[in-house]
Amino acid sequence: MSENRADVLILGGGLMGAATAFFLRQRGLSVILLERRLVGQQASGINFGNVRRQGRFLPQLPLANRSRAIWGRLPELLGEDVEFLPSGHLRVAYTPEAVATMESYRDGARPYGLDLELLSGNAVRARFPWLSPEVMAGSYSPHDGHANPRLAAPAFARAARRAGARIEEEAEVLTIEHESGGYRLNTADGRVWRAPVLQVSAGAWGGRIAARLGEPVPMVVRGPQMGVTEAVPYALLPVLGVTTKEIREVLYLRQVKRGNIVFGGTGHGPAELDAPPHRANPDITLHQFTQLRRMVPALGALRIIRTWSGIEGYMHDEIPVMGPSAKWPGLFYAFGFCGAGFQIGPGVGDVMAELIATGTTTTPIEPFHIGRFT
Amino acid sequence: MAAPRVIVVGAGPAGTRAAELLAAAGLRPTVVDEGRASGGQIYRRQPPGFRRDARTLYGTEAGRATALHATFDGLGPAIEYLPETLAWNIHGGALYVQREERARRLPFDALLIATGATDRMIPLPGWTLPGAFSLGAAQIALKAQACAIGSRVVFLGTGPLLYLVASQYVKAGAQVAAVLDTAPPGARWKGLPLMAARPALLAKGAVLIAQLMRAGVTMRRGVVPRRVLADAAGTRVAGVAIATPDGGEEVIACDAVGMGWHLRAESQLADLAGCAFDFDADSRQWLPRADEDGRASAPGIYLAGDSARILGADGAEIAGRLAALAVLKDLGLPAPPGQDVAALRRQRQVMDRFRRGLALAFPWPAGLVASLPDETLVCRCEAITAGALRQSATELDAPEMNRAKAFSRTGMGRCQGRFCGIAGAEIVAAARGVPVEVAGRLRGQAPVKPLPVAALADDASTLEST
Repeated sequence: MSENRADVLILGGGLMGAATAFFLRQRGLSVILLERRLVGQQASGINFGNVRRQGRFLPQLPLANRSRAIWGRLPELLGEDVEFLPSGHLRVAYTPEAVATMESYRDGARPYGLDLELLSGNAVRARFPWLSPEVMAGSYSPHDGHANPRLAAPAFARAARRAGARIEEEAEVLTIEHESGGYRLNTADGRVWRAPVLQVSAGAWGGRIAARLGEPVPMVVRGPQMGVTEAVPYALLPVLGVTTKEIREVLYLRQVKRGNIVFGGTGHGPAELDAPPHRANPDITLHQFTQLRRMVPALGALRIIRTWSGIEGYMHDEIPVMGPSAKWPGLFYAFGFCGAGFQIGPGVGDVMAELIATGTTTTPIEPFHIGRFT
Repeated sequence: MAAPRVIVVGAGPAGTRAAELLAAAGLRPTVVDEGRASGGQIYRRQPPGFRRDARTLYGTEAGRATALHATFDGLGPAIEYLPETLAWNIHGGALYVQREERARRLPFDALLIATGATDRMIPLPGWTLPGAFSLGAAQIALKAQACAIGSRVVFLGTGPLLYLVASQYVKAGAQVAAVLDTAPPGARWKGLPLMAARPALLAKGAVLIAQLMRAGVTMRRGVVPRRVLADAAGTRVAGVAIATPDGGEEVIACDAVGMGWHLRAESQLADLAGCAFDFDADSRQWLPRADEDGRASAPGIYLAGDSARILGADGAEIAGRLAALAVLKDLGLPAPPGQDVAALRRQRQVMDRFRRGLALAFPWPAGLVASLPDETLVCRCEAITAGALRQSATELDAPEMNRAKAFSRTGMGRCQGRFCGIAGAEIVAAARGVPVEVAGRLRGQAPVKPLPVAALADDASTLEST
């Protein structure tokens, strides 16, 4: 069955897999992507939609910068609009300790080319007058923003398909075998797939697959807690977040141009690999209300119309797994993005394609290597 | 042992009869009602200060309405009544409710859902114009406020409510320009054998139609509606355009239109409770699975009334009793004396036969919906057209409604697809050339209706347990 052979097989059709397929085609490699259900339906589709560099693990900033540059070119690259809006990103602090954290992060981020503007409470309110009096300071990242997660991964997959990639949905991989010259995968429909190179970008399921390939990783799955308000006039330009060590204060929100305000945070719910997604926990929804009102009191006049959850994979060290296998030639990983994969997704695809095609990458990704767990 | 916690959601015919029976069994059920007073939609009470008598408000059903109100009012402290309260979510064995700025978590051992139904709508071009109402809304205007929706009204759609509302308008002195039924002329005969299960009700329907005829109201069957027309300023309904046999168009002038194609079950709470759903081919909609007494597939969840099966008000009273008896049985409690489950089940079966007859006599015009023009606004909350929805199903390759929703935003607004979801599934199914059940149904997402961010949790400590 020679038609099921390609230079690269990608296991998992989330944003990472779809973007990798797209950029591999740009480099001229043939690629088949196998997705168990539909492209971009899990974490890639249900996440908050933050295109945020501010606050990331500093060694991840070169990758985040590369990704940010791609976000800016997306409509021309993909031929589709995924509603990327470089509206700025603002983190607020409620305590002097959080202000100190912000200052030290700003200093650390500067060498990476991420310039953050620290504003005092009054200065940040002068610029964003809807912020509450409780806000002690703000850290503003002018070139970050947000996009629509429901559209991004499917748009990458369609663009990859137009460029010649095979995107196979409803293709559940049952077995992965090594054979001479590469990898042999069997799907539930009885088809066989072969390639010298395999990339595992199976998100929350990545840990299970890595373990089957002899590289177990410490990983848990969790359900993000999301909600959205009715549409109101567009007023909250920057994406908002909080700098805090207290999970119950962690809140993020963004207003889309058509007016709805998407929010999440203050806790996680359970998630399971082999069960339908859980719904958002209403106790958390109600707690989010208190944090929404705390940050932007005027939000107390709105209503929410929908909540949702899903599944995300978190590594114990909060750092993703990305790069070549420590064990098998031709095997690559990109999973476990710890609820913060959306912004770097296009960059991950670009870097993985570069790595697979050239054997190296100009963007440092050593901290993410799976070998760190052995 | 603490008394079992039983919650009834809804205080219409099903909820009232269920609460009555549970109270008679010695429980003190909590009754959660979105309304200001019991009665539900069908037996909605008028606001304080209005003085129409029961006969004026409820017509031939006056006796049933007053009996039901009296029963509910007589329960008094035997139940905990929470009026003007939204049941917005179910999680971890608790119902989440909200009234004004107060949010409460109500743990339950049994939850009886009797949330009724709303109009099943077709998003005809022009359906969002001021002056275009659902049949239910046209009836509420009359019942609650003694107002007509216009001075010259067209009623369009199909189902018993079409004729009932039209006759209520005639009786109230409003001018009814026409009653336009999309059911083919022969459909009524197809439904007749099953509808004969309830001859008295069938006779009532015949009387309604005779009254409309006597009043000189134009009545048409087999109507193919094209659109609701606007006035010159584009700000108000000015007529309804229907197809003529020669391929032309006829306009019936009016300043308001009441539309509805029978009813759709309000089944979101059952969905949030994790109940399984099945596609009901007769009514061409997805309904929560329930046994003959109303036990849903999720433990502790019971369904009664139109939110489970559109049996109408009388059927809802029976289903409410049956579901309450099922609750008692499952909790190991004795039923109050004088309850004949077998007789109730037989009555329910008769009503279910009638229900299927109605579905045949007043069919949902799936073909009309599937062929709505591309520029038609299907999702009115998010302003999504039929063309955009079709594109998500074809170009973007969404195989079913939830994927089409993710791509197109259809069903993502305030109503969460309650009014466009059924029509949307027909459009997606037709665009993909698959049966409508393959296009699926929109999965329920909390809140059931918009929930104020101002809502404060009664018991903040509940979060600690999460």
